[in-house]
Amino acid sequence: MNAIVKAAAATTHLMSGNEAVARAAWESGVRVGTAYPGTPSTEILESLALYPDVHAQWSVNEKVSLEVAIGASVAGSRAFCAMKHVGMNVASDALMSQTLAGVGGGLVIAIADDVGLSSSQNEQDSRFWGRFAHVPILEPADSQEAYEMVRRGFEISERFSVPVILRMTTRICHVKGLVTVGTREERPDVPFERDPSRWVLVPSTARKRLPWQIAREADLARFAEATDLTVLDDGPDKRLGIITSGPAFMHVREAFPDLPVLKLGFTWPLPIERVRAFADGVERLLVVEETEPLIEHDLKAAGLTVHGKDILPRVHELSVPVLLAAIGGLLGEPMAPPPEVAASNMEVFPRPPTMCVGCPHLSVYYCLSRLHRNISIAGDIGCYTLGAGHPWNALDTTTCMGASMGMALGMDLGRAEADKTRGIVAVIGDSTFLHMGMQGLLDMVYNRGNVTVMLLDNRTTGMTGGQAHAGTGHDIHGNEAPSVDFAKLVEALGVRKERIRRVNPYEMPTLFKMIKEEIKQPEPSVIVTNQPCVLIPEFERYTPLKVVDEDCTGCANCLNVGCPAILVTRRETTTSPKGKPVEKAWVTIETAACTGCGLCPSTCGPNAIVPAPGPLFDVPARGDA
Amino acid sequence: MAGTTNILVCGIGGQGVMTASEVLAQCAVSQGLDVKKTEVAGMAQRGGVVTSHVRFGPKVLSPAIPDGEADVILGFEPAEAMRWTAHLKPGGIAMVNTQALKPPVVNLGLFPYPDDPVASMRRAGVTVYDFDAGAIARRLGEMRLVNTVLLGAIADHLPFEAALLKESIVARFRAHKPDLVTINETAFERGRAAAAEAAAA
Repeated sequence: MNAIVKAAAATTHLMSGNEAVARAAWESGVRVGTAYPGTPSTEILESLALYPDVHAQWSVNEKVSLEVAIGASVAGSRAFCAMKHVGMNVASDALMSQTLAGVGGGLVIAIADDVGLSSSQNEQDSRFWGRFAHVPILEPADSQEAYEMVRRGFEISERFSVPVILRMTTRICHVKGLVTVGTREERPDVPFERDPSRWVLVPSTARKRLPWQIAREADLARFAEATDLTVLDDGPDKRLGIITSGPAFMHVREAFPDLPVLKLGFTWPLPIERVRAFADGVERLLVVEETEPLIEHDLKAAGLTVHGKDILPRVHELSVPVLLAAIGGLLGEPMAPPPEVAASNMEVFPRPPTMCVGCPHLSVYYCLSRLHRNISIAGDIGCYTLGAGHPWNALDTTTCMGASMGMALGMDLGRAEADKTRGIVAVIGDSTFLHMGMQGLLDMVYNRGNVTVMLLDNRTTGMTGGQAHAGTGHDIHGNEAPSVDFAKLVEALGVRKERIRRVNPYEMPTLFKMIKEEIKQPEPSVIVTNQPCVLIPEFERYTPLKVVDEDCTGCANCLNVGCPAILVTRRETTTSPKGKPVEKAWVTIETAACTGCGLCPSTCGPNAIVPAPGPLFDVPARGDA
Repeated sequence: MAGTTNILVCGIGGQGVMTASEVLAQCAVSQGLDVKKTEVAGMAQRGGVVTSHVRFGPKVLSPAIPDGEADVILGFEPAEAMRWTAHLKPGGIAMVNTQALKPPVVNLGLFPYPDDPVASMRRAGVTVYDFDAGAIARRLGEMRLVNTVLLGAIADHLPFEAALLKESIVARFRAHKPDLVTINETAFERGRAAAAEAAAA
């Protein structure tokens, strides 16, 4: 990464789309760059933070992040903001109004769509925001284009006074390709210009801005017709012309080298006249886009006859094999045989993501799974969403960032008579609580709800790889920063001091008792767990554990902890004294991976799990290797 | 694409799949080739499935290797190599580390772990070279060397000299951790030898 930061102008490097975007933002003279972490966008800000002369920060959520970037733009600087697709749902309040005022310094917003849902709760298409907010959409097809479109995006933003959206997907963010870089542009120092007729969006101001916004979009449409961000990549086979955008272009070109392609880089507003001219040279048209049929619908509305999602899938990523089959069919070509492969896919068990060995969340879900029969559990977004999986199966809902708070209150208020005695529990992590959970908790307290909140403070934004936040005590650079005190915060929101409990989650019996006590209380409680994520430097290992084989009775209780270091060595079905079949499983612990957290021994009746001091394996001196 | 070499590296989160594919990609860059590297690793740090596609040649378009086009599958775990077998082209090879890693769903008895993934692949007609890279790394005193051992193992199945790949690995250490250069060279050569032995068997 550092090599890229120091890369000289006109040199070429293997860069991910995220790294390329960060490089281009820095070269564009951006003074302020902001984000909340979210897959697949996280590395953009992590990378930007390595460059000099730019203020990079993690904000508490995407809305604040965009507002900070907007403020920097209004102040006269070039500003940049990055987020994952669902982040814009949170930030859109700012976007939808600021578009009326326009920008001061250029403002580019990179939105990363998780096409294929590798780590998200939905697969929404961020290109809708262009149509909704009347702002341009740029769609790169690889890292080099991502780099160039950020550079061009700032020019467009300033020329038309409009926030520009760079629409990325996982196959741009996380694909590495060769990028030729430039140097940082020195921007003029533009002082803030007071102009309430633009920046103060009261109805009288905003009303006057509406016609301006419509005129701006017409200007952008004219620009779209002329820009070299859209290119004709011609081909000799005129039976079908393809209109495509983003990474789909690469799949199209690989699958069909001879078809003419109109590759749209600037995809909103659409260059309708260029499409018409392209249509004149081919027999039929096909739109290849991920994921919604947006270009397709707009072209149809303009009176063009096009194929699109009638033959292509509506969801997930497109690929060379998908295009070969669908387009081959459209061209009336005989069904291509499936590709010759060395061997067909063989069925293998699924390997879903799991919590880490010794994760402090393990005990929380062990306890909740024991109590699950009598409680409903509202979940949230983070590593602890994995509590929905085996062996705990201990989440009843997960919707969006912070939703556990409001949904738990709703589940409390909306309960049926039959559920009168049911406990309601909400589980949320530290970063997610600060992102959008605290408002929900305030609502819960104010409206006299009765929910037991499990606030799992592992002092990092875990799922996205361990980013700092306002509760970690450090900033994006690892420098010391003010840190929120969760107990004081929830007390300030109105939770009674007696109902705010702190617990070491590795003390499982204490935790279990505490959860049971708080569920019985007729008011909101907050249980804050206080042990760090196993993947951050603050985590401490203890003496690892092992299983004494002759003491293990095969009861398999320890497997319910869900720690990946506990492995089954032997299974057997035996008969209980009452004649019922009992599934037994004898275990071993992968001592080399064990953190010695002590959770599994507390589930072991015969005390068969004991410390395993000493070297993990026989290590010869390196010299004789 | 004609002239494109496709290598699919697969394993589970935390094994070093990303690092191995990064080394391969950088090595191809150093040969003046066009390169694309993509990974599918949703929640990679959490013990889930990780694959990385490395494609290089005169010009690479799509970053994803289609079914039946991988020249080499480098499996850090036998069941994972089996999972992605259909990506291998006829005549391609699968280099497989025999260290099995069973996920919690297998330990909980919800799914069986395949009896012998390597044998299943062979029965399906795949050329598999398998050996225990973990044992080699353990003998060298550092489990993280599995990565270098496996890269050494495929070094003689790439369109460039094994020495170039070795240099790409070692170059990563020379600047900041020079004391690790020799051990990585050793790991690389042990992997290379183990693969040759597996091929001869």
